[in-house]
Amino acid sequence: MRVMAIVKANEDSEAGVMPSEELLTEMGKFNEELVKAGVMLGGEGLHPTSKGARVSFGSEGERTVIDGPFAETKELIAGFWLLQVRSFEEAVEWMKRCPNPHDKPGEIEIRQVFEADDFGEELTPELREQEDRIRAQAEQNQ
Amino acid sequence: MEGDDARRAIDAVWRIESARLIAGLARMTGDVGVAEDLAQDALLAALEQWPAAGVPDNPGAWLMTTAKNRGIDRIRHREMATRKQEELGREVELRARLAEPDLAAVADDDIGDDLLSLIFTACHPVLSTEARVALTLRLVGSLSTAEIARAFLAKESTVAQRIVRAKRTLAEARVPIEVPGAAEREQRLGSVLEVIYAIFNEGYAASGGEDWIRADLCEEAMRLGRILVGLAPREPEALGLLALMELQASRFPARTGTAGEAIPLPEQDRSRWDFVLIGRGLKGLERAEGLGRPLGPYALQAGIAGCHARARTPEQTEWERIVAFYDGLAALTRSPVVRLNRAVAVGMAFGSAAGLELLDGLADEPALAGYHLLPAARGELLERLGRTEEASAEFARAAAISSNPRERELLQARAEGRR
Repeated sequence: MRVMAIVKANEDSEAGVMPSEELLTEMGKFNEELVKAGVMLGGEGLHPTSKGARVSFGSEGERTVIDGPFAETKELIAGFWLLQVRSFEEAVEWMKRCPNPHDKPGEIEIRQVFEADDFGEELTPELREQEDRIRAQAEQNQ
Repeated sequence: MEGDDARRAIDAVWRIESARLIAGLARMTGDVGVAEDLAQDALLAALEQWPAAGVPDNPGAWLMTTAKNRGIDRIRHREMATRKQEELGREVELRARLAEPDLAAVADDDIGDDLLSLIFTACHPVLSTEARVALTLRLVGSLSTAEIARAFLAKESTVAQRIVRAKRTLAEARVPIEVPGAAEREQRLGSVLEVIYAIFNEGYAASGGEDWIRADLCEEAMRLGRILVGLAPREPEALGLLALMELQASRFPARTGTAGEAIPLPEQDRSRWDFVLIGRGLKGLERAEGLGRPLGPYALQAGIAGCHARARTPEQTEWERIVAFYDGLAALTRSPVVRLNRAVAVGMAFGSAAGLELLDGLADEPALAGYHLLPAARGELLERLGRTEEASAEFARAAAISSNPRERELLQARAEGRR
């Protein structure tokens, strides 16, 4: 199964403070371990929300673009890993070994990635086809 | 911890730690069989103690210490039982090695070396491919004997015996547990790649809907491929094999229809392909090409799969590039199947007549007599040339010799002009 491990933001990451060299080294080692264990599919760090934006959907269907930065720091995302593991617990076990991504208390959230089969009966063939097409389009546009 | 939670947590730790644990113990004891036994002892101890005490902070170190202590205990028992001086000497030496602090394990690189040594040993050419596959899944993939048996539709006792015999063969042949030197390296790496691809193909052949673990073999094979590439990042064929597997697996979601029927590549809904795997496969292929060494058969096949993966529609397929990859393959192997595929690619790239001419050259190839894809390919190219009657006859011939009922039905339909 695929799992996404999400690093939450904090004041430092939002302020664009780069991690210490020590932490970068530790993180590099951890990433290497993930690679050598064959579980790492990918991962990225994200710029602070001051460089981000939101599209908000109103009750009348109107779209409003809101530029960052955003306030609720702890709910924001600073980076992620995409892991291929045999069980959810395996991903949890891996993340327990991750160096603390910030120098202060924080969180990594672990979530299972939906794969087509997980939708079961909920997703009609038409919907599924549409969803797949959109995803393909998104890939194409990258 | 509750019983089930504890069991799942231990499973997860085991999945992460067991290969490295066995690899380290194998280096210390010089015997993969002994190493696996000690690792199993440590697992049993964890199953007894962790549910009550919780998973320790550094489970890997806990397992290693426990395994080494069990080893020392076992040897003490045997020392008391044996009177033979020579055996006693060996046991004492082994006990000393297990009792020493493990300096090698402190350096991260050595852990990688241990694991790579274990992979090369489990895939040693002294073993049959079947034995190598079972041993690799057991020691490196940390699958249980029962899981391997289910995956290969074999009896558990058969697989268990296969693994026992393999370990004995390695011990008797005194196979050193090490990364082979430069002289041997290419051949030994070939043996490892063959095992990984055999695991992948076993899973690939199992079409959807069966026992999950059959298809999961593809995941296991890719994981092994990623481990190998992680440990030996400058081997173009290791990169090539991983890219090949990822590119092939990227088509899994699209290769069967709702009734479980196989959907051929040109008719697949490409929006259902797995773009994470395609991205990884293409990047891996690029890395293999970037090493500046001539591409081997796996990287060349990955190159072909990459051409298909890049094409958003069948019409966008770069057939000229595919022909170039087949040229490379044909230079490496005398396989008539490669020549057959190359002829089809030439037909797609440079016109059906050119492809047909190459196919004519294969007509008397003894290895292709009775191979249904030869007349099927002729039928395809003839049809594109508008020579419908000849095409029909070829499809009928292909249908008559195909052993796969579904494929036979498809070919028969084409022979009768029904599709």
